[in-house]
Amino acid sequence: MSTGIEKEMWTTKLRKGWQKNLPVEKLLPDTQPAYVASWIYMFGVATLASLGVIIASGLWLSFEGASWYHFSSVGHFVNSIHFWAVQFFFIFMVVHLWGKFWMAAWRGKRMMTWVTGALAFVGSIATAFTGYLIQTNFDSQWISYEAKDGFNSVGIGSKFTVTNFGQMILLHVAFLPVIIGVITLIHVLLVRSKGVVPPIDAFNKELGERK
Amino acid sequence: MSDRRTELEAAPWGGRTRRYDLIKEGVVAVVIIAILAAVLSTLFGSPDDKQITFKDWATAAPADFYATSVQELAGTSGTAGYGAPYNTASDGVNLGPLHLAKIMGVTHPVDTVNDFVITPLTTVSNAAPVADALKLWQASDAKQQSTWATNYDTALTKANQDASKVPTGDYGPVPELAAGLLTMAQAGSLDGALLSQGNYFQSDNTKQTLFLGDGSYFNDQSTASNLQGDTWGMMNETGRYPGQAWLWLYSFWYQIPPFNNGDSHPFGANADAWIMVIMGALSLGLIIMPLIPGVRSLPYKIKIHRLIWKNYYQEENL
Repeated sequence: MSTGIEKEMWTTKLRKGWQKNLPVEKLLPDTQPAYVASWIYMFGVATLASLGVIIASGLWLSFEGASWYHFSSVGHFVNSIHFWAVQFFFIFMVVHLWGKFWMAAWRGKRMMTWVTGALAFVGSIATAFTGYLIQTNFDSQWISYEAKDGFNSVGIGSKFTVTNFGQMILLHVAFLPVIIGVITLIHVLLVRSKGVVPPIDAFNKELGERK
Repeated sequence: MSDRRTELEAAPWGGRTRRYDLIKEGVVAVVIIAILAAVLSTLFGSPDDKQITFKDWATAAPADFYATSVQELAGTSGTAGYGAPYNTASDGVNLGPLHLAKIMGVTHPVDTVNDFVITPLTTVSNAAPVADALKLWQASDAKQQSTWATNYDTALTKANQDASKVPTGDYGPVPELAAGLLTMAQAGSLDGALLSQGNYFQSDNTKQTLFLGDGSYFNDQSTASNLQGDTWGMMNETGRYPGQAWLWLYSFWYQIPPFNNGDSHPFGANADAWIMVIMGALSLGLIIMPLIPGVRSLPYKIKIHRLIWKNYYQEENL
């Protein structure tokens, strides 16, 4: 029996809210609705898997330094894995996004699931962009020179200085991955909490509608 | 959309279910992606065109480097006339009456004369003509310095960047300063001097990048690599590698009128700012798309979902 004081406690409210909205059976279910049976559902988990490979290879590159891959064959291989995993990540994420659009996956009070997914997409573009800026090669020199004009044109360049290698490497390996990680975590928890959106016509019979 | 339908779609699924091993699926996906990435890495590697140093530039295109150094002294280079956030030489691009860069002010001051030429020259021991030129320059007032540099810049431009064809004139120490900087760059000591600016720790490459971009050599290299903005360069990569294909829409606007009209059109001259605003609005639109009438109805009108849930619809006879 909870006392009045316990009911007012933030910790108690958080625990009860968590238990209500995301019990462990929802977090780690061993069944899914029968309609979750299409190749399109693979792209969400493939995006997350690519992100895992990006983080693992990125951590290795972080410990060795930004220039390591220029003179080490192992470094070049790890950098290549990072590079190709990013390509996979965006391909899978774009297909996932289109799939969710055609499913109208925001239905049934899932608006925030869509919003966090779209934010993750936009944030990932920014993160990848800073990665291209810290390649310490000709490409990164040119991208920083060209991109400065875009950011300067709307005043953002006064704070976000693409030609500042120190700022870009910190954003790429610290700030932006944390932001993407948090948004992705919220997105996944929302998917688990709200469940996978049912087919558009699933409730036509209940609502007395014809297909 | 009826409230009743929304409630039904939001409620926990009460229909048929199937076994689904999330953890196994995730682990298998990570392993497959890692293997695929490793295979592509082994077969193709990743792009890594060598960075361009000032030594590379000064050695491969000495006339271009020399002329750019003179422009930095005369204040006629791209950086010298850029405006905010580097200086106050111009208002910069605008969004109609809004000059956002100017409003934000000079947050990264760049003095092309001293940062690019004079300060680096003072960090090395120079031959007599350069050392004397440096002393003369530093002992002169700004007006005199400007007159010398402008005179020489004009003459050098008329001579098509060929210093040997520049007629004698009132150039002061400018030719010797530019020659001294060229020698310094060819020796490989300018890169460090531009970065450090007299300090020990430094991680901001802004001054190096701006100086490099003021010359033609850097631009020519990017053109050769198909990286220019007007040829979809934003989403290209050096060599035959995929680039940032996800920037295709951003790059797209630079290929069409009025944004590709250059300085002849207000939108062309200020394309960077307008395209940034367009992309910001489109990004916001993507995030809040379920609220946008018309767009949010497309999945109901174009029934691709019938394909996605084909099995379910067949089994349920929907």
